Amino acid sequence: MSKWQVQVDREACIGTGMCASSAAAYFRLENGKSTAVQDFVEPDELVTDAAESCPMEAILVRDGDGVVIAPEP
Amino acid sequence: MTTSQQPRSYPFGEAVRLDLDPTYEQLRETEPVSRVRLPYGGDAWLLTKYDDVRTVLGDLRFSRAAVVGRDVPRASPAIMSRPSILNMDPPEHGRLRKLVAKGFTMRRVEQLRERAQDLVDGLLDDVEAKGAPADLVEALNMPLPITIICELLGVPYEDRGEFRNWSDRALAITAFTPEEITSAFESLQDYIAGLVAERRKSPTEDVLGTLVTARDEGDRLSEEELVNFGVTLLVAGHETTANQLGNFTYQLLTHPERLAELRADPDLVPAAVEELLRITPLGGSAGFPRIAVEDVELSGVTVKAGDAVFIGQAGNRDPAVFDRPGEIDFHRENNAHVAFGHGVHHCIGAPLARMELQVGIGTLLRRFPTLELAVPADEVPFRKGRLVRGPDQLLVRW
Repeated sequence: MSKWQVQVDREACIGTGMCASSAAAYFRLENGKSTAVQDFVEPDELVTDAAESCPMEAILVRDGDGVVIAPEP
Repeated sequence: MTTSQQPRSYPFGEAVRLDLDPTYEQLRETEPVSRVRLPYGGDAWLLTKYDDVRTVLGDLRFSRAAVVGRDVPRASPAIMSRPSILNMDPPEHGRLRKLVAKGFTMRRVEQLRERAQDLVDGLLDDVEAKGAPADLVEALNMPLPITIICELLGVPYEDRGEFRNWSDRALAITAFTPEEITSAFESLQDYIAGLVAERRKSPTEDVLGTLVTARDEGDRLSEEELVNFGVTLLVAGHETTANQLGNFTYQLLTHPERLAELRADPDLVPAAVEELLRITPLGGSAGFPRIAVEDVELSGVTVKAGDAVFIGQAGNRDPAVFDRPGEIDFHRENNAHVAFGHGVHHCIGAPLARMELQVGIGTLLRRFPTLELAVPADEVPFRKGRLVRGPDQLLVRW
């Protein structure tokens, strides 16, 4: 399966730390705001769950074809 | 680091209005990770440094699920036996949370701002019409968040008399007996179960309806999880904001310089809400413990696997992070308080609470430019023996 792209909008992020706690392999807090550990990752539900749970919808996950798979609109 | 021979009793005492017990500050200086003895379940660690608090909240080596059904250190006699979103760990926690997260995003909440504004305008029209003195708890602080959470969840507003009563008891620590507290939780569960049953006959688009669909069509949560989730959202969705509306108004009316500053510049309302969130200790008791699942070092102290940790109420007053932490300052550049928690359990209702507090406080000050307490500040009655602090009654005049 092709890799997913993970993007964090650091302008929108308010640093709740939810993604960095629940999916520490994929997100970390830098100066209080989230950043993706790697831009491209193997598919993992932890990543889409983090995107679905972010109150600011600051995490965008795209599949190998560039289609946004999380968060759902 | 040595720790004292005899652990201090915790909570330090009955919460006094919105004061932070000075013991917190003292412990941060001398023993930032200190041993405390709870009324039930034994000893625990209490934290007073912001960094340690953030670590414990954000680090999965500290578990909430490990408290369920166990005789852990706590302030009230009953052992927590009801699994709820508040005491689940990842990945179970995320499985539940994502089912409703979409309904509570900042974007969705902003769509409710106009509704909240109309509501507050109407409530304050009534206050004005009836004349002074007015009790803001009944006139504004309760109706605003209760109406909004009812509409979001799909709970009939006309049932508020009953569920407010149950909710008040359910969140008691010592104000009611353990039997009364348990029975209040059961009443809330029965009530939500009734609303769930109605949705199985005629489906709805509200949050409860979404959860029922997730259970019946996707089997994504159990029946017990569904009911308890509904209870948690209903209770947490109004108790906290209602009390903070009263607490913040009390803070402003007892800090005339800050009040004048805010009246002169209403654009400061969002920053004022953040600062009042930071400085107002909402918790009225020990709060929720976390259990270390492996040895973790915090400020030079080894917290052993199995140890209970309380985050206390002092993180937001740590001078290492906040200059002049005891002062209310609406101009803090980076106000990264932990009033809504941090990490996986960061309050799902935070955007909603912020919006309601901004609309409520902002409109109140605009509508009543001469608002003041109708009784001396030290005579404002505050609730006792509860999980959250707040005025029982907040009489004001203008």
